Amino acid sequence: MSTETQALQEVKKESLFSKKNKKLVTDPLSDNNPITIQVLGICSALAITVQIQQALMMSLSVIFVLIGANVIVSMMRKIIPDRIRIIVQLIVVASLVIIVNEFLKAYAPDISERLSVFVGLIITNCIIMGRLEAFALGNKPGPAMMDAIGNGMGYAWILLVVAVVREIFGSGYINLEGLGLTKIQIFPQAFYEMGYMNNNLMILPPMALVVVGIIIWIQRSRNKALIEDH
Amino acid sequence: MEYINILIKGIFIENMIFAYFLGMCSYLAVSKTVKTANGLGLAVIFVLCITIPLNYLLENYVLKEGALSWLSPDYASIDLSFLSFIMFIGVIASIVQLVEMVVERFAPALYGALGIFLPLIAVNCSILGGALFMQQRQYNDALEATSFALGSGIGWWLAIVAIAAIREKIRYSNVPAPLRGLGITFIITGLMGIAFMSFMGIDF
Amino acid sequence: MAIDKNSNVFTFAFAGIMVTVVGAILAFLFISLKPLQVANDEDKKKMDIMGAIGFESGTEAGQVNRGNSGELFDKYVVERVSIDYNGNVVKTATGTIVSGDKTDPFNIDVQKEYRSKIKKVVKKNKRDPENLAVEMAAVETAYPLYVCEKDGQKLYVIPVSGTGLWGPIWGYVALKDDFRTISGAKFDHEGETPGLGAEIKESVFQDKFVGKTLNTGSEPLFEIVKGGTPNVKDYQVDGITGGTITSKGVGEMVDRTLKIYERYFKTL
Repeated sequence: MSTETQALQEVKKESLFSKKNKKLVTDPLSDNNPITIQVLGICSALAITVQIQQALMMSLSVIFVLIGANVIVSMMRKIIPDRIRIIVQLIVVASLVIIVNEFLKAYAPDISERLSVFVGLIITNCIIMGRLEAFALGNKPGPAMMDAIGNGMGYAWILLVVAVVREIFGSGYINLEGLGLTKIQIFPQAFYEMGYMNNNLMILPPMALVVVGIIIWIQRSRNKALIEDH
Repeated sequence: MEYINILIKGIFIENMIFAYFLGMCSYLAVSKTVKTANGLGLAVIFVLCITIPLNYLLENYVLKEGALSWLSPDYASIDLSFLSFIMFIGVIASIVQLVEMVVERFAPALYGALGIFLPLIAVNCSILGGALFMQQRQYNDALEATSFALGSGIGWWLAIVAIAAIREKIRYSNVPAPLRGLGITFIITGLMGIAFMSFMGIDF
Repeated sequence: MAIDKNSNVFTFAFAGIMVTVVGAILAFLFISLKPLQVANDEDKKKMDIMGAIGFESGTEAGQVNRGNSGELFDKYVVERVSIDYNGNVVKTATGTIVSGDKTDPFNIDVQKEYRSKIKKVVKKNKRDPENLAVEMAAVETAYPLYVCEKDGQKLYVIPVSGTGLWGPIWGYVALKDDFRTISGAKFDHEGETPGLGAEIKESVFQDKFVGKTLNTGSEPLFEIVKGGTPNVKDYQVDGITGGTITSKGVGEMVDRTLKIYERYFKTL
């Protein structure tokens, strides 16, 4: 285990909040966003964005697993045999997901029920495997943690924006009952009396794709460098 | 009859992409041309058809509560279901690796067509998603699970080939610059999803 | 010390250690959290049963929640009964629930029984109600019933389980002591379409059941009709617009299950 302590010592030399490390956090929030630019982790992003509370819980779980997996794999990076690399990574991620799942079931049963199979699908969330392959395997635990936080947050904000749009226009309220808060009516009753109707289409799965498409549109019209040829 | 029902449901009604968004990452990344999309789609069908029946057997003879009772009646109360995530993903990852080696050794032509896609598949959400849905839906026998696997595989293939064909054509259209590539693909997939919703509720 | 991390020996050793460590951690976690999870499931069940009896906020008991469900359950449920398909009593139980005791009606997992035994029978005989009755009679399972006493009136809470559009749906229906009037209902689902089928979970839908009476003499006992149908009869409830298949699933499971309990009620 000498390699591990060595790796830890190396980290101490470089401040955790150096400029380079800060960039690891801020980059994935916009110009290198995991969802809209790297195209990773979309599966779960779309299915659970009907309600803000679900999106929030999902984001927290993903951030936890991402940080845990990135740090663990980064600490083991010098001793993982190349041939079974993918399987080892998957096992680390799967164990963390099981831990999250079991804890949710024990301490937050209502939340766990709402997320159902999508907790399990965090395992194959491409953001996690993608970051492990691209970053954790070649970097020290400190930066790996920063990278995980950045990417997790980048994932979370897209999720939340999509969820906010879908819940407000689809249901007309923001329901935070699962978090111990109340339901907030967004549109006053007078709106409905004037003939306003909730857009049920927003609640249906395909609209999540369209909303993400529009976010990409906005993001790329503001930063022309991101535009693809085709 | 039940088998055909499950198959059709998997292809159209409970389509992996349009109804559950599973396997979106590779769906978006590898759908630039029909040829590669076809290759990946076939590889997904192939892997799903091998891993889901295997995971089905694992679930029913090892993991489920009381599943071990075929070894000895004493084991009837053992519940290993908390290990299912890790076992499923383990089976998937190792089968993918195994299949890659076997195909390379015995069917070089097939390897040429599918080979480069196989490593991508271990982390394709649709494969693990398929296994988790199989667990949740409790199919009656391994054959039903296989027809579910085949159905969802074909559904996935259909979706990726269709979007690839559209993307090939859309190259000649005047798409607003910021929407080009990823953005328009998202929106088209959304529209296709709405179209596929018309299959909802069909039952045989 | 330099290790050749790609040698066969190291690869196998690594895999072995990894599996042992991970297995040990997970098994420990599972065993230590299991009691909490079981307790959660029981609380949830009690909460749903109490929800079907109906407690309006502001009353003595207030809204049912996880915290007070156990206490309320002990207070209001006077007897737990399980019956067979022909309406004969299999077992009655009162007092404390022992979580491991499989014969206790409370520990019958209605959803699991439905999924593994009843679902295929129902599906196969969708267009053949006569054969359905024959095959249902052959299914080996017990049906639990909770007898509650609230404000001096007896209420019978019946668990129901069925299939919606995307997956399982389930719930509890409470009957008054005339065995015909529904005093309350509570439904839940696993993954119905949000805003459409998922509305069965909301009180807007569940409140429509209150005061409905079961059909006498003719089929069906109970029915959900398409949303917006004029002249809804006493034994019918308006379905959810846009959630037709989920609503139909609710109607089917309530109708099918209540028929079984009707035979038991006749013996009382």
